Amino acid sequence: MLEVANLHATVDGRGILNGLDLAVGPGEVHAVMGPNGSGKSTLSYVLSGRDGYEVTEGSVRFGGADLLALEPEERAAAGLFLAFQYPVEIPGVTNMTFLKHAVNGLRVQRGEEELDAMQFLKLVRQKAKALGMSDDMLKRAVNVGFSGGEKKRNEILQMAVLEPTFAVLDETDSGLDIDALKIVADGVNALRGPDRSMLVITHYQRLLDYIVPDRVHVLAGGRIAESGGKELALRLENEGYGAFAEKAAA
Amino acid sequence: MARLAPIDDTAGGSAASGADWLTGWRNGPADSPDDAAGWLGAARTEAAGRFSVRGLPDRRVEDWRYTNLAHLTDLELDWSPAPAEVAKESLPALVFGREAECRLVLVNGQVRPALSTLPALPEGTLLTSLADALASGHPGVADLLKQRVAMDGGALKALNDSWLEDGYVLIVPDGVTVDMPIEILSVGTGGARPPAYQPRNLIVAGAGSRVTVVEHHVGLCIGGYFANLVTDVAAGPEAIVRHCKVQDESREAVHIALLDAALASGAMFDSFCFTLGGRISRNELRVSLDAPGAHCRLNGAYLAGGRQHCDHTTSVDHVAPETHSDQLYKGVLDGRARAVFQGKVTVRPDAQKVEGHQMSRALLLSETAEVNTKPELFIHADDVQCSHGATAGDLDGEALFYLRSRGVPEGQARQLLVEAFLNEAIDAVALAGMRLPLERNVARWMAERPRP
Repeated sequence: MLEVANLHATVDGRGILNGLDLAVGPGEVHAVMGPNGSGKSTLSYVLSGRDGYEVTEGSVRFGGADLLALEPEERAAAGLFLAFQYPVEIPGVTNMTFLKHAVNGLRVQRGEEELDAMQFLKLVRQKAKALGMSDDMLKRAVNVGFSGGEKKRNEILQMAVLEPTFAVLDETDSGLDIDALKIVADGVNALRGPDRSMLVITHYQRLLDYIVPDRVHVLAGGRIAESGGKELALRLENEGYGAFAEKAAA
Repeated sequence: MARLAPIDDTAGGSAASGADWLTGWRNGPADSPDDAAGWLGAARTEAAGRFSVRGLPDRRVEDWRYTNLAHLTDLELDWSPAPAEVAKESLPALVFGREAECRLVLVNGQVRPALSTLPALPEGTLLTSLADALASGHPGVADLLKQRVAMDGGALKALNDSWLEDGYVLIVPDGVTVDMPIEILSVGTGGARPPAYQPRNLIVAGAGSRVTVVEHHVGLCIGGYFANLVTDVAAGPEAIVRHCKVQDESREAVHIALLDAALASGAMFDSFCFTLGGRISRNELRVSLDAPGAHCRLNGAYLAGGRQHCDHTTSVDHVAPETHSDQLYKGVLDGRARAVFQGKVTVRPDAQKVEGHQMSRALLLSETAEVNTKPELFIHADDVQCSHGATAGDLDGEALFYLRSRGVPEGQARQLLVEAFLNEAIDAVALAGMRLPLERNVARWMAERPRP
């Protein structure tokens, strides 16, 4: 599904990713854990194609295609989705309008018919209901005045509506209390399936109690320092990232 | 016919270049048949004298520092254009998707009843042409006009004062509510030479009355023309006057408009100006909050591309205590377009418990677009709340990336963000039926703008 090989990336001329290798198969859920500054968010932005992140070496194949050659909207059309660590507020654009442009933007790129107003409304209402989101939230401007939990739930709603084949969840647990975390995790788990892979980026093991990964990778110094099963996350919880930080610095 | 040419540039005008330009300009005839009371001729001549001393304002005149009218001197203007042939069917459907219930049409500044739709209005309400009001010696019109013509308001107002021939007149008696919006369609259309026209409009709203005026200015020609408009508004105690203007003149037109409103106690003046057209345009509002409880809201939205220049200038005078003003202007600039926002707020001594807020925000879609913002606050009382702010910048890069990451193509994402930006100003339009057509205009402008 996703194959990252020897990925090097810089931000403002500073090397952040230094030879990262990662392969995620169809239907697999992988977790990437690491201390602050290890390159977790850079990885998510490089994958989604944000400006200001320059790839200097290496490759990313996605479903056999060269992901790095695509514009952000083309990556979305190919099936990639990034749940933002800090969802962006867009005053003046309602959630409904935002979702409608996204759904039909993807459909047009894929050569499919656009959804009409009724079909779209039905789709969004059904997905929102499953996440316990009110019609009022759909009518409000995107993320404006939303609490931390509402913003993250909104990301999951977008994911549920857009049905990506590969979702990157960037610190989706940050800023959430335990109730909000459970709601978000339930939403994510409901979307797990044999055709959908996920990369769960997190600082804490806590989220992985609810979204149980197939593989866990430790990111340190801009590369994968160690990989293992879900028990690796528990070990990190007990031992901390100290050992990896030293190894990366050495 | 008397001809006047400016010969004195001591007041800072561009008299030298103005002389040729003014060929054919004249003040109104002193013995005109509309001058029943015998004051018009003298008023016109006096105003013509004021204009000829000043000449066309140039950059040395502080109020005109950022808006250069030199372009006007390149035009061989026809100051007395023959009435243009315009078919009713050729008039645009306008901001309303349907036929307006009430529409007064002006062509090159002259009221054309045959092109208008004038239903019966509530008892005592008068909607007519200035020419008719003057000819019939309407006392209210003459009194207000005399008073307003005597006020000094700069060279372009003096030029308009020297004309006083036609325009629209709307008088709403005390206590009357006019439910249907009154639409004024002003059409500019060129001939062999670009026409110049100077309508003088009056809106008089009696105590406790309510009225909504929608002005739509359009060009029916590709070429240029010069519209120099002055509108005088007098709102009585507790009157509510809503004024919504859509300026969609031809791309070569020069549109200079001044609206001067005086508000009595508890009166409300709600203005919205949507600027799309014109080569050079200026929409100037002067509002005098003369008695406690008077309140004005001045909002504007503009879209300018190519080499368009648009200027929004406001001056709010808090003469009385407990008066309130709010201003929000938002614009989008592309190409080599330039915008000007000048906002002056004055709070007189003893005008306590006043609130005055002003905000100007511009979105620059190209590196060659430019905006000049000049807020001025003159506060002479101490118990007041006043604020002003100005921003100019590109689209929010984070929001753009967020949309694109969800599959929205870049062009569409930009359009959505521009619409969202302007909608804040458009949403403030009290007239609900106006919102959708305005938003459609934004969408059309974005779709038609040249791609870099």
